[in-house]
Amino acid sequence: MTSRRVAVAALAGALGLLAAACTPGSENAAAPPPTEREVQTDIASLGPVTLTVWDQEVRGGQNEQMERLNAAFQERYPNVTIERDSRSFDDLTTTLRLALSSNDAPDVVQANNGRADMGAFVAAGELLPLTPWANAYGWDQRFPDSVRQYVSYTTDGKVFGEGEMYGLPQVGEVVGIYYNVAELQRLGIAVPTTWEEFEAALAAAKAAGATPLALGNVEGWPALHVFGTVQNQLVPADQISDLAFGRKGASWLTPENTQAAQRVAEWAQAGYFNEGVNGIDDNQAWQAFARGEAVFLIGGSWYAPDLEAAMGQNVRFMPPPAAAGRPVSATGGTGLPFAITSASDVPDVAAAYLDFITSPEAMQVLTETGNLPVVDTGAQTPPPGLSEDVFAAFSAVAEGGQLLPYLDYATPTMGDTMGAALQELIAGTQPPEAVLATVEADYAAFVEQNG
Amino acid sequence: MADTLVASTARGGSAARRDRLGPSPWHALAYVAPALAVYAAFVLYPLGRAVHLSLFDWDGLTLATFVGLGNYVEVVTDGDLRAAFGHTLVLIVFFALLPAAIGLVLAALLTRARVRGLPFFRTVVFLPQVVAMVVVGVAWRQLYAPDGSVNDFLELVGLGGVTRAWLGDPTFALPAVGVIGTWVQTGLVTVLLMAGISRIPDQLYEAARLDGAGPVREFFAITLPSVRAELAVALTLTVIAALKTFDLIYITTGGGPGNRTSVPSYEVYNRAFRLGEVGSAAAVGVTLTIIIFAINLAVARIGERR
Repeated sequence: MTSRRVAVAALAGALGLLAAACTPGSENAAAPPPTEREVQTDIASLGPVTLTVWDQEVRGGQNEQMERLNAAFQERYPNVTIERDSRSFDDLTTTLRLALSSNDAPDVVQANNGRADMGAFVAAGELLPLTPWANAYGWDQRFPDSVRQYVSYTTDGKVFGEGEMYGLPQVGEVVGIYYNVAELQRLGIAVPTTWEEFEAALAAAKAAGATPLALGNVEGWPALHVFGTVQNQLVPADQISDLAFGRKGASWLTPENTQAAQRVAEWAQAGYFNEGVNGIDDNQAWQAFARGEAVFLIGGSWYAPDLEAAMGQNVRFMPPPAAAGRPVSATGGTGLPFAITSASDVPDVAAAYLDFITSPEAMQVLTETGNLPVVDTGAQTPPPGLSEDVFAAFSAVAEGGQLLPYLDYATPTMGDTMGAALQELIAGTQPPEAVLATVEADYAAFVEQNG
Repeated sequence: MADTLVASTARGGSAARRDRLGPSPWHALAYVAPALAVYAAFVLYPLGRAVHLSLFDWDGLTLATFVGLGNYVEVVTDGDLRAAFGHTLVLIVFFALLPAAIGLVLAALLTRARVRGLPFFRTVVFLPQVVAMVVVGVAWRQLYAPDGSVNDFLELVGLGGVTRAWLGDPTFALPAVGVIGTWVQTGLVTVLLMAGISRIPDQLYEAARLDGAGPVREFFAITLPSVRAELAVALTLTVIAALKTFDLIYITTGGGPGNRTSVPSYEVYNRAFRLGEVGSAAAVGVTLTIIIFAINLAVARIGERR
């Protein structure tokens, strides 16, 4: 009895101490890092330094370009040692928050563009604004506005798409449509050139007994790309940008958005997707498409290497064909940008590294290793095959059309909210209006709190 | 401490012996101190820290705002979180009650019916326990796939009409995950109960048989009351397993479709590491801890009652 009382007293005491201790996060609550500073671009004069880099370039060609560029950087500056820590996208996302707030943060990190990641880090003052180095290295000229908006925040992290640059991307991404050449021929369907023709092709494929679209949506995010692709054809571009950047004054409850949600629900009802969309994962879906079990796959350019390896010349890629009277529009943007942490004690070296891995020479290396460089895409000669389609699609959308942001950028919780809501939409368990109301609630709550 | 020791040796004789053996709380504390220090550093401090964090609205990065019990109010009022706790109740049926029922029957059969090759059957029944939960999850995801073995079997026996993507079906996803739990936990329960049943003296059964009891009566009159303690242990373990299910959900459904299979443990992870709602995650974790503690207290009490 006595020992129990002692234990209770000890526990109560410990809790009291804790409650009296500092508020969580107070150790990080410093003024935002300055946007002006002296920069040093002569890295060789800095003596021996170590640069810690966390990236998520783990797949074949991605890893190869990173290794080549890191080796070249260390060759140019023998005084710099790069300590590279490479982990998968999911692992990086879930550990970065803790890593950045620790005393031993890496110097350079790859942080996803959206508010859940880069936005939160900027608000917490964990990333350095790149403006001083952008002037020194001429990054304003290197990256066009359409790319810069994806890595720009105001210094308080509240406005996305404007303000200071916080990261530099290496690669571009575009969500388009893969199609199985042999299947289209077998079914006697021509490659669609307009959105109306595309929908007609889906109906024709279904009528012929084929599965028009492959989709695996256990994860929730794959359906975002399908919905985004439909939305891009039906909803004005500025509306989508405002929603996706989480800006004030837009709404999900517009007739156009409702129409887009209805369209996806109709596709699901008509059986355009494979069986059990919410029960199979993304990998199973593209593999099923690769085996010829579906005619089309709506997905990002990142599938191209795997699909080409599996299907050879039987797979082609195109941007979503534009609806009548509209420019070609697709979801897309940049790969994960590289940013400099405010805890870095060698920010000048980090900046030189960022400059190096996004230089025109680096874009050449990216092309050679099968990646899609984010700038100078038109100037590159892609390797023959599916890469040519991907390069052409990205150029068409980024230069001649509308490259629209990912919808989950909008709020820190949007990826989750929308993923779950779209699962309901596709399963037919919630009508389009209810699904949009759920998404609107997330968006409205964030916009109001963000001020 | 040193003073007491010096004083007691100085006094010497029988008094000293009584002192050393006597129930001084400080002696006891000295013995448990090393273990307590480790326990405090790795369990009590994190627990206290979680309670502390649960009182704040914190994104894990910027300065937190004190919200008092606001996060706990949210646990009760937020429909999604309430649903998550509701889902674990369903999982308890599949993880604890079903295995207990199946395990009792299996154990009674295996021990009483003098099965040939008993060690083999015992190993087979226990095997799911040995496999890592992640592996179990991946394997069952294949089984449940639209073109997986479960659907193949249903079609084979003429039930082609009920085939579906089990883990993506709004109605059946949660029971489908539950069945995996049943498959995993039954082995544990069976082996535990078999140990209990083999301890029951044969004379009891003989006496019952002389009194004219059949196998069913035997089961309820002798076997069941005799394994009460083992059953309590089995239920405690399996109920905890149900309540803290994370890996299975993470691997099979990720909480979907919609939020129909989300469970508190998954919400803790999701909120803390993916959504940046650390305070809310801590509140869910603390609530879950309290519930697990209460349920186990209740189960232990029932098991102890004679």
